[in-house]
Amino acid sequence: MSSLPTSYIPRRKGRALAGLGALALLCALLSLCLGAVPVPPGDILPALLGRGEDSAVQIVRYARLPRTCACLLAGSALAVSGAVIQGVLGNPLAAPNIIGVSSGAGLGAAVCGALAPAMAAAVPAAAFAGALAAVLLVLFIGERTGASRLTLVLAGVAVSGMFGACTDAVVALVPDALAGWSDFRTGGLANLSMARIAPAFWTILPALALVFALAGEMDVLLLGADTAQSLGLRYKPLRLLLLALAAALAGAAVSFSGLIGFVGLIVPHIMRRLVGEDSLPLLAGCALGGAACLTLCDLLARLLFAPYELPVGIVLSLAGGPFFLWLLLRRRGGRAL
Amino acid sequence: MIQLRDLSAGYGGRDVVHGVTLDFPPGRVLALLGPNGCGKSTLLRAALGLLPRSGGQVLLDGAPLESLSPRRRALMAAYLPQSRPTPNITAYKMVLHGRFPHLSYPRRCRREDYEAADRALRWADAADVAPRPMGELSGGQRQKVYLAMALAQQAPTLLMDEPTTFLDVGHQLEVMAAARRLAQEGRAVVMAVHDLPLAMRGADDIALLDGGRLAAWGTAEEVYASGALDRAFGVALRRVATQSGWQYYYG
Repeated sequence: MSSLPTSYIPRRKGRALAGLGALALLCALLSLCLGAVPVPPGDILPALLGRGEDSAVQIVRYARLPRTCACLLAGSALAVSGAVIQGVLGNPLAAPNIIGVSSGAGLGAAVCGALAPAMAAAVPAAAFAGALAAVLLVLFIGERTGASRLTLVLAGVAVSGMFGACTDAVVALVPDALAGWSDFRTGGLANLSMARIAPAFWTILPALALVFALAGEMDVLLLGADTAQSLGLRYKPLRLLLLALAAALAGAAVSFSGLIGFVGLIVPHIMRRLVGEDSLPLLAGCALGGAACLTLCDLLARLLFAPYELPVGIVLSLAGGPFFLWLLLRRRGGRAL
Repeated sequence: MIQLRDLSAGYGGRDVVHGVTLDFPPGRVLALLGPNGCGKSTLLRAALGLLPRSGGQVLLDGAPLESLSPRRRALMAAYLPQSRPTPNITAYKMVLHGRFPHLSYPRRCRREDYEAADRALRWADAADVAPRPMGELSGGQRQKVYLAMALAQQAPTLLMDEPTTFLDVGHQLEVMAAARRLAQEGRAVVMAVHDLPLAMRGADDIALLDGGRLAAWGTAEEVYASGALDRAFGVALRRVATQSGWQYYYG
């Protein structure tokens, strides 16, 4: 009688995710090896353990390891944050840097740097507060005006501009507020230490775990408010929780990397093509793909004009800007906007 | 059974539905009729608690709606909303989402859930499109998948908001036939529809809303005889006896 297979979950997704994981690992390895002074892959493990040539140990442990960890962390946090924001707002053009979440986080970080420069551990919390304020503001605008997708993005630009101006004001008054960042406005990952990343790590890890744990709920949420509620989902609290988690992820990433753009926009779009729209594989793909993408871009930023370095944000904006325009142009003719 | 008692509801402090008292009895198809903007959707959404009420009560099997958790409500009434987004997932996955209220965390589908989804797909005549993405389906196929999803929910009451809009006449008749079969299985089926002749032929009961108030409620025969439909819509609904029962037309 049962002619239908009981599951339509393609094995392809599992393979794609495994491939992405391998890619992220490969990028991480390359990121440890390559740079102004190349270290052969075979020397990496001994160097990490503190054995081998002293210079290699210094470079790998204190320069490249924090940088690689920062790439992986910020990449996955921003990509997952973007996927959640796009899903919950039902807007494929949304992303942390586009609707003002990143600049909200930036303002939080700047205020924290100005008021309590010694409290590095408080920066992710302050960035989270700023990011949350931005995402709630955009959500409120969308709710109240029934804003279309493009209007929501424009509202995000306005929110982004206001937070950016406030950040500039803080820096004008307290010039050292953003002294801890190498390239705050474009986003850069140079000169980081493990101690600097640690508070963000402890924010990102539980936030990622929670988002993954809510993937089943998120699937139902994406069916739209009425359908989701009629299926027994507590729609509004869940939407708020997911957006708060997205803000925590973006805020934690900004707290050490600055305003890195476009990872949160591009990676979810690529992953939808690659693993489909079911939340769990999509979020897992975003975490792995985001890590790989940012690490790769950081490698490019390091190697393109070696021995000079670009901030990674420049590479991303050069790649991401055209991608965003392409999204706009492609959707213009359709009914999506 | 869902019972509305003196229900008022609306948007932004302005009531759209005023003091409606209405039952959705099991085993019957109730067609909710009324001119555009008369509050059909508002009534259905308020009956499910998707919209806050400004007055009156909703009882689900005698219990006040607000005393029940969202999940309990979902087990008692399924809903086919008017705006139906098309997520980019397979039809099968879509129907499985209908099992959501039956699953406790971590929402892992059990064998019985897959079976319920399979049954619902076959019942709604959508088994053939199960593996395909929703985005590739035609309007009629999508409608069937949504119906299958509501059926997989296995709730004794099914509320449908304009289930026949955008469907060609063949698919409209199919939806009505499906509603009839569900009622015969003992479910309460409520559908807001625009097509008077379709509703008059297919539904057991008619509830007529006009300006947010209940203008008539009774069997199709009673409501037709009362002339309330003609007054509400400003048309002359007439009928003629045929071999397959009454056929309705605009005179």
